[in-house]
Amino acid sequence: MNAMNPAMNAGSEDSEALKKQSSFKMMLKRLAANKLALTGGIIFIILVLLAVFAPLIAPYDYLTVNPANKYAGPSAQHLLGTDQFGRDIFSRLVWGGRWSLTLGVLGTAISTLLGIVVGSIAGYFGGIVDNIIMRIIDVIQCIPGMLLTIMISVVLGQTFFATVAALSFGGIWGTARMLRGQILTVRTLDYVEAAKATNNGPVRIIFKYVLPNSIQQTIIHACMSIGGQITMASGLSFLGLGIQPPLPEWGAMLNDARPFIRYYPLMLIGPCVMIGLTVLSISLFGDGLRDAMDPRMKK
Amino acid sequence: MEKLEKEKTWKEDRHDGPPRGWDKNKEKKEGKHGRRDHHHKHGLSGEIPGADPGTILSVRDLWVEYTSGTQLIKAVNGVSFDIKRGESLGLVGESGCGKSTIAKALLKILPEISSRIRGEMWYEGVEMAAASEEQMLKIRGEEISMIFQDPMTALNPVKRVIDQVSAVVRLHNPGMPKTKAERISIDMLKEVGIGEERVRDYPHQFSGGMQQRVEVAIGLSCKPKLLLADEPTTALDVTIQAQVLDMMRTLMHEKNTALLLITHNLGIVAEMCDYVAVLYGGEIVEYGSKREVFKDPRHPYTIGLFGAIPDMHGQGERLQPIEGVMPEPSDLPDGCKFHTRCPYATDECKSGTMPVVDLGGTHRCQCCRLDEVKAIREKEGKA
Amino acid sequence: MSTLIELQELERYFKTPKGQLHAVDKISMKFEQGTTMGVVGESGCGKSTLARTIIHLQEPTGGKMFFEGEDMTHPNKAMIKRLRNHMQIIFQDPYMTLNPRYTVEDTLKEPLVLSGKYTKGESLNKEIRRLMDMIGISGRLRMSYPHELSGGRRQRVGIGRALAMDPKFIACDEPVASLDVSIQAQIINLLQDLQKDFGLTYMFVTHDMSVVRFISHDISVMYLGQLVETSPSQELFERPLHPYSKALLSAIPTTDIDKPRERIRLKGELMSPINPKPGCRFLPRCEYATEACQQPQKLEELLPGHFVACCRARQLNNLS
Repeated sequence: MNAMNPAMNAGSEDSEALKKQSSFKMMLKRLAANKLALTGGIIFIILVLLAVFAPLIAPYDYLTVNPANKYAGPSAQHLLGTDQFGRDIFSRLVWGGRWSLTLGVLGTAISTLLGIVVGSIAGYFGGIVDNIIMRIIDVIQCIPGMLLTIMISVVLGQTFFATVAALSFGGIWGTARMLRGQILTVRTLDYVEAAKATNNGPVRIIFKYVLPNSIQQTIIHACMSIGGQITMASGLSFLGLGIQPPLPEWGAMLNDARPFIRYYPLMLIGPCVMIGLTVLSISLFGDGLRDAMDPRMKK
Repeated sequence: MEKLEKEKTWKEDRHDGPPRGWDKNKEKKEGKHGRRDHHHKHGLSGEIPGADPGTILSVRDLWVEYTSGTQLIKAVNGVSFDIKRGESLGLVGESGCGKSTIAKALLKILPEISSRIRGEMWYEGVEMAAASEEQMLKIRGEEISMIFQDPMTALNPVKRVIDQVSAVVRLHNPGMPKTKAERISIDMLKEVGIGEERVRDYPHQFSGGMQQRVEVAIGLSCKPKLLLADEPTTALDVTIQAQVLDMMRTLMHEKNTALLLITHNLGIVAEMCDYVAVLYGGEIVEYGSKREVFKDPRHPYTIGLFGAIPDMHGQGERLQPIEGVMPEPSDLPDGCKFHTRCPYATDECKSGTMPVVDLGGTHRCQCCRLDEVKAIREKEGKA
Repeated sequence: MSTLIELQELERYFKTPKGQLHAVDKISMKFEQGTTMGVVGESGCGKSTLARTIIHLQEPTGGKMFFEGEDMTHPNKAMIKRLRNHMQIIFQDPYMTLNPRYTVEDTLKEPLVLSGKYTKGESLNKEIRRLMDMIGISGRLRMSYPHELSGGRRQRVGIGRALAMDPKFIACDEPVASLDVSIQAQIINLLQDLQKDFGLTYMFVTHDMSVVRFISHDISVMYLGQLVETSPSQELFERPLHPYSKALLSAIPTTDIDKPRERIRLKGELMSPINPKPGCRFLPRCEYATEACQQPQKLEELLPGHFVACCRARQLNNLS
């Protein structure tokens, strides 16, 4: 008996290691096999790298004004030309990623996290708790999202963090409502009942059983809403709220370009393409991630 | 080798190759008639060439393959059977044996892109595998009706239940006034245990069992000549199941309807069917009249099935389950499909085509070791 | 033989917009140690709710429950935790019974760790191995996810999870209803072996009469939330006394083609379980109904160990 035990344990340890690798590795494998998701991921990483290494990549400072060279077309000196103050558009786009991407990602991250908390509480406990939370959400969601964000932005002021807070607040409720619906479905399933019967506490059931099996949609939703948050941030800038000029936030740049659409569309196209690329890359990646995270998917 | 042979038959034109079925004599009876000619001559009421008189459905060497993702699934592998008017055949087997695919192939409702049907399916004078969609519409609407296992796929979610039933009633009785059709529908629904106060509800307001009963009511109100029932009572309680089976029996008596009953429940087969075909891995491994199969099961799989049911008369004994699991239809073994689970399997079962042995009467069995199996079982005192 | 669980007039009502739904209505029952009590009835008769109420996945709204003589009707948290080490449940649908994101090992490990009996390392590993041997799951499937397993194997893992708590009582809620015949037999044999080895007490909820006869020592028949008949298994099948039990048993398709069963056809509608009338619930479908049936029915012992809730049973079956 004793002689056999070490061998048995070694075997089981091996398999343990195998599993821990395999569930994560298999997810990566599935993700890598998905060409679209891979493309999306790579584009997004490039956008992030551009923003991070902006000082190294951008040929000019984003604030340097050159009145002698306004509305210049693309050239060797100015890849994408210059704007109404003679600032290099390419440099501003590269720097602008710092504000736009941070706003989008941070706003989404915070709103999703809070949304998960609110949705989980409502969905898991149900009954009166659920009722109260859902009625509050109903009321909040009656206010158009943009209006809500504007109001908070006005109250909190125009700092960076105030803008993040304003963006996050609007995103919580949709996430919460969606997750609650998912949880309501999952929590009546047999395996959740079985978890109760084997002495799992409510917190453990939420984190080990209910959330992992109902969060897929939330992740997709979060990925998609990064784009929406960037657009929302642009909207704020457009109204003179949120990130203030002369900072090169993409939305603010879009707003800057508005008066010159007819004469000088280049100013508009740059930020449009950047916002579009970001949204597209994230949604491609999000789709792939959802499929890869599901262990039921084959390979 | 045998595999190659099968491949060959696959590639041969459906109308030139001889049918590879149970009944080798059929080839002779059929003669040299081109079958297309027959179906033009006879139309829907014609006799089936080469089949006994009174045969309403003749399936000959039916093969169905379909692709799912990257896998090729061999769902049905050379199945042949006949059903006569007013008779019933039970297709028995476990999940994955291809029994539902056969029913869908018969109605040609398998997805066309991913599936391939080969073989002949004669309904009256029409060879359905080659029939046009127009002809199939007529057959599906007026001649054959099907009761599905999953009721939600068959009911229209935005129409009231009563309207769905009476629409079918009126379709089959042109000119019938609406009120009369509704009256008949209400009676029909009552028969399946749905009270008058519920008939104006929508399908989603019903439980799964009730939806199933509505479907049965629709299937039976067509008064079809051939009824395909795919696990029609699986979701139902026994008392309702008994009612549904009674209804099907009544229909068979009144309209001389033929029944193809697909089920895993041997008790239902015993009550409802004249003939039994046991399916495993997409092949009929044993066929015969109910008495032949129930009183003298010969194929090891059939024997296994009977050993596994906790029948009303075997209490106190230990059940004899069939070890292992059904092979995936995408990964069927060579030779006898059952050899991986068969307690009597030897090397000779592991390759080649299993012979179809005639056991007298209508009883046939596809196994290469029938005599040995019988001898072993007699020795053990089981047979 | 001692009584493991006793129910006294147990009630589980649900509030609905239309009124009180009597899912489990004044049910009294005893589960004897080491035996199997089969609970049969048609869908909606409350048999699953009864199982879930006994193991406290639902809270009773009335009546009393005792576990080994101790009142467990409204247990506090500590007691619930203790009770769940003794009482477990197995579910019907093998596709829903396991967490899709847990491997076989995760599923079996969790109850072992949570019950505090095994913490980490050696002993835990050995215990998982022992459980897997017990339920007949080979070691190479240890890291498999549920979607990689067949229905029968999933059901085995579900049984393993219940066994991990080392229970005395397992409520089996239609454990073989969605399995193939040959696989069903494997699971039934497994359950019977486990009962023999560990002296388990089963509550076997099912609508499949042939399975229940095979596995049960005693059978209770439920109709719309109420117990209408309870008796030793053999006795019930030979001599059902309640008109509903008779109809139910006569409706089972039999594989014996020489002895077709005389069938009793049920007519009429199922009564609504919401705010039901006080009389016999089977009344609208019963061909023997009389005036007296409008009164509430009491469970009476008409033959030794054979209880029936029908005021006409004595007369109908020619019993003194």
